[in-house]
Amino acid sequence: MTGPADLYSELVLEHARRPHRRGRLAGAEGHADAANPLCGDRVEVWVNAEDGMVKEVVFDGEGCAISTASASMMTDALAGQPIGSARDRIDRFLRAVTEGGVEGLPEEQAALAHVRRLPMRVKCATMPWRAALAALDDAEAAGGGPS
Amino acid sequence: MTAPPTPAPAAGRGALDVRAEFPILAQRVNGARLVYLDNAATTQKPRSVIDAVRRFYEEDNAPVHRAVHTLGERATAAVEGARRVVARFLGAESPDEIVFLRGVTEAMNLLAFTLGESLGPGDEVVVPLSEHHSNLLPWREMCRRRGATLRLTPLAQDGSIDMPALESIVTGRTRIVSVAHVTNVMGVVNPVREVCALARRAGAVSVVDGAQAACHMPIDVQAIGCDFYAISGHKMYAPTGIGAVFGRRARWAQAPPWQTGGSTVERVSTDDVRYAEAPARFEAGSPNAAGIVGLAAAVRWLEGVGIDRIAERESAAAARAREGLASLPGVRVFGPSEGSAPVIAFDAAGAHPHDLATLLDGFGVAVRAGHHCAQPLADWLGVPATTRASFAAYNTVEDADALVEGVGRALETLR
Repeated sequence: MTGPADLYSELVLEHARRPHRRGRLAGAEGHADAANPLCGDRVEVWVNAEDGMVKEVVFDGEGCAISTASASMMTDALAGQPIGSARDRIDRFLRAVTEGGVEGLPEEQAALAHVRRLPMRVKCATMPWRAALAALDDAEAAGGGPS
Repeated sequence: MTAPPTPAPAAGRGALDVRAEFPILAQRVNGARLVYLDNAATTQKPRSVIDAVRRFYEEDNAPVHRAVHTLGERATAAVEGARRVVARFLGAESPDEIVFLRGVTEAMNLLAFTLGESLGPGDEVVVPLSEHHSNLLPWREMCRRRGATLRLTPLAQDGSIDMPALESIVTGRTRIVSVAHVTNVMGVVNPVREVCALARRAGAVSVVDGAQAACHMPIDVQAIGCDFYAISGHKMYAPTGIGAVFGRRARWAQAPPWQTGGSTVERVSTDDVRYAEAPARFEAGSPNAAGIVGLAAAVRWLEGVGIDRIAERESAAAARAREGLASLPGVRVFGPSEGSAPVIAFDAAGAHPHDLATLLDGFGVAVRAGHHCAQPLADWLGVPATTRASFAAYNTVEDADALVEGVGRALETLR
């Protein structure tokens, strides 16, 4: 497989068509947004933490199939995880997309990591995960993190 | 699968075919014939332009306006010859009315920061809502600094300038009216002649952004009646980083210097400076001589092929694309259906423009996706982004068919 179309596998498109945990979370402990000035896309992430765990994570926004699928996969990866592990997962995905190496990544994230070959589209995939990282920081600053 | 397109009309006898003159188009992209439809962003360059630039560097390169040696004289003659070529191309009265600079963005900054210097509270600058940021932000910034008011004129339903509204907005307070000849998102051909007449009656300076027009139609600044007209070389088959702005001699004379330095002066002493007249006054530093030579070669290429023949061929290809796209389910084509330049903006339900553009690239079709540096227009259309296909002299009806088929396939994948 070579070429831009590889990125649009069913694994990715399924998330894009029916994204998981799309919504808004009023009064969440952690919130962050990110935008791509190049295309006008934006994403918002809300998290609630409890006992050092990511209790809830949701996203909303306006974006392409890649950013929507990526946001959906991000919520799957983070929900119910200890905050430290959530951060590790974010870090691992971001490294896979920017530096390469998909060993150990869930299959769907590995499929999305094809975006690495399309430098102009990498930000579409990374934006939701970076927003999630900022939302976790925000939640921990608010006292929802490990006590 | 969408309905197969009807067979392309056969090329008539003597049909224009310039594709072979563009070396870059010979390649395959992602295994497919390259169909380059991002011409409103930048056009490809014909062999004659590439050769002119190479020849300049191989044979004539030297300081311009500064050297008495043979090469210096040749380089200066090449630049001044190019000025005459561009002056004739735009219909200027004199080559001295042509200032070379990087392109329309730099032209608008030059004009905003020179003409705008005399603006004050109560003065107004008028710009249509559909403008590229390059013909919006320089004016906005200068108005902010001078306490003047920037007025964005509304659009008619099809995206063209709402002329009755413009007539009420342009008043005795209006100092400058700046408008695109052809808009960069939807290819709307604005009634620049009427707009400039309106500005003139109000005693305002008229500025026309010709970035999207000069490659598609003959330009005559006398017929348009504008005070300034700016072009970008790279959007009309010339190299990147070079453009020109025509200004009436009397208007240039009113403009204070902008970027200053070498070439802009007649005399500098320790405590005084006397600036040169246009064009030297506005051409600080060593010019992009190779770019200027390339720009003149592009003008000669356009004139040699014939801009009317180019327009005819582009229009045929674009009309076919417009029709094919509009027939796809859920696809909306923006802008007037008649009389526009071969620039088509569209969107498709359930498909983000960036995904469409990436999938089209997989079929060798290069288009632009985004807000096209015209965010107020995107807001007006009510969309975050659109996909834009823009045609040039080398595009054919086969290219239009490849676009429509590619969009159809992409929509099947995404939906």
